[in-house]
Amino acid sequence: MSVNILLSIIVTSLATYLSRFLGVLSSVRIKETSKIFRWFNCLAYATLAALIARTIIFPVGALMDASYLSRLLVVLLSLGIFFITKKNFVYPTIFSAISMGVINNFF
Amino acid sequence: MIKKELFFKGYKSILRYDSPAIALGCCFIAIGALLKNVGFNIQESVVSTMLIYALPGSLVMAESILIGASLLSIFIAVWFVNARLYPMAVSLFPLMMDDSQPKWKYYLSCHFIAVSAWLIMKSNYEEIEKKDRVDFWIGIGTATWSVSVLATILGFYLADYLNKDMLMGLAILNPIYFTCMMVGAMKTLQITLSVSLGAILGPIFYFFSPEWSILLGGFIAGSIAYLIGEKNVG
Repeated sequence: MSVNILLSIIVTSLATYLSRFLGVLSSVRIKETSKIFRWFNCLAYATLAALIARTIIFPVGALMDASYLSRLLVVLLSLGIFFITKKNFVYPTIFSAISMGVINNFF
Repeated sequence: MIKKELFFKGYKSILRYDSPAIALGCCFIAIGALLKNVGFNIQESVVSTMLIYALPGSLVMAESILIGASLLSIFIAVWFVNARLYPMAVSLFPLMMDDSQPKWKYYLSCHFIAVSAWLIMKSNYEEIEKKDRVDFWIGIGTATWSVSVLATILGFYLADYLNKDMLMGLAILNPIYFTCMMVGAMKTLQITLSVSLGAILGPIFYFFSPEWSILLGGFIAGSIAYLIGEKNVG
């Protein structure tokens, strides 16, 4: 392994593990019925939603090649399928993967 | 030690109808392909998924290597993008803390905190007795983690066969899966508000600061949702 890549992997893992580890350390003193737990629950869901929305609206990597309209359309159609199939997770995800490339060729 | 029965009960969660295996697998196939294109060999790709096991972190690492960023800037960039793991840990681990369990289980298994495992645990923990939850969690984590590692290997070898449209399909799959899971989790006022406000504020804050957008958007959205929720309950 080249040193540079290996070092980058180690640095990335440490930076990632740090937040997880600090989270566990803080958890020791937090009761699941407490207000602070509920607050962190909201923070976690909101941060995840922010992250997901950002990945779709301002993507990095392969999705950058897809037009904004096509991404939006795939999200809306997939959510539609999610509700029609009584909240099944598999159908909308498979649909999204297949339709993304196809829809992007039209819009 | 770890109770086998609970471990496997957790492990089997990737076989359920709401399994993240497909979404997770596909996005790590994309990561495997990306790492190969960045210049990683197969060992480096596998080790990176095993040790990092957080998608946005791997993406940031790959981009940083491409532009030749310093190790310090990689550390800061990754820490920023993965800082969401902190509130995720704090909103999950108190549910499984039990004095009868050894501490090492918690310190080791926190490595499994990632959106997929976290959402599965959040929607299933109530079925498990509190003292056994950490074993169940280790099962879920091991399952999602092994899917990711296998998918990275697959992606690495498939890299030459994947065209632009296929990579695009793989890349959208994961955010769609998580969007559905988040919408499915909107059962209380606080969570509904957190998810909706987070999805609005995150992108808005991106215009002011791309680096801070997720943390700041999430923090403000989550805090507003918490306050409104508390007011309505109390």
